[in-house]
Amino acid sequence: MSSPESIAAPAQQSGRFNLFHFASPQTFFPLAGKMVPVFAVLSIALMAAGMYIGFFRAPPDAQQHDSYRIIYLHVGAAWMSMVIYLAMAFWAAMGWIFNTRLSFMMATALAPTGAMFTFLALWTGAFWGKPAWGAWWVWDARLTSELILLFLYIGFIALQAAIDDPRRADRAGAVLAIVGAVNVPIIYFSVKWWNTLHQGSSINFNRSPSMAAIMLVAMLLMALGFWAYTFAAVLSRLRSIIIERERHTEWVKEYLEKRA
Amino acid sequence: MIWNSWAEFFAMGGYGLYVWGSTAAVAACMAVEIVGLRMRRNAAVEQARMAQKGSMRGSK
Repeated sequence: MSSPESIAAPAQQSGRFNLFHFASPQTFFPLAGKMVPVFAVLSIALMAAGMYIGFFRAPPDAQQHDSYRIIYLHVGAAWMSMVIYLAMAFWAAMGWIFNTRLSFMMATALAPTGAMFTFLALWTGAFWGKPAWGAWWVWDARLTSELILLFLYIGFIALQAAIDDPRRADRAGAVLAIVGAVNVPIIYFSVKWWNTLHQGSSINFNRSPSMAAIMLVAMLLMALGFWAYTFAAVLSRLRSIIIERERHTEWVKEYLEKRA
Repeated sequence: MIWNSWAEFFAMGGYGLYVWGSTAAVAACMAVEIVGLRMRRNAAVEQARMAQKGSMRGSK
């Protein structure tokens, strides 16, 4: 452990704004603390609005009737499962390049929430696949690559947990996170590259969405709600990780005294 | 309102198992994660307090 004197916040004296100022756990900790309740409230509001429109306002689908309503949960969870993985790989890479502790902590904080959304994407997918295809599970490219994503998250968490030295655990996890990122475009394009049972995406960059506007609004509200939930949960976990790893420093001591 | 009754709403046109099975899983996962975050926070604070007490005793 480094001595408390060396944990001085960088760029605090210089007047100009510097992003690396927030790369220090000490300066990011209170900022994250302010952001958690904001994103928590935002996520409740967005999800409440999305569920209300999706379950009480949007009509049933012409072919899938009411079973299609799983889309409001499934798509948001599947998007988050991929976005969180890319964010995790990004922060792991940042940690390697800039040797910033906070970047590695961010990658570690993202993993459990990412694994949760991946599990939910698979679970809601199974509960949608059963009425739509007649099977809970098929070994199709989209489903299989999403399952691999879950294994990558679990592997990342298990690998970090197995290594006692946090700095070595950070670096070993980072390699796995960065290499595993190859899987994300495979998931995303799997419905184009292979003949799959999974339907193609309803939203594309190059053409207008193939779904009713009210359904689209509900789906996007839910996805944004999941996004805000992720920010709240991950920043909250990041604060715990900072306390765990910086517990011998002077500023954590002061924070704990103030909190008591 | 697109439903005539709450019973109709919960039946989801015969797809209740699938729709509510998905909804319950999302709600349960988020609830478990939120409880887990609380517990981790409390454990981290407790552990840090113990560590600092220990280091204070060690320095004197």
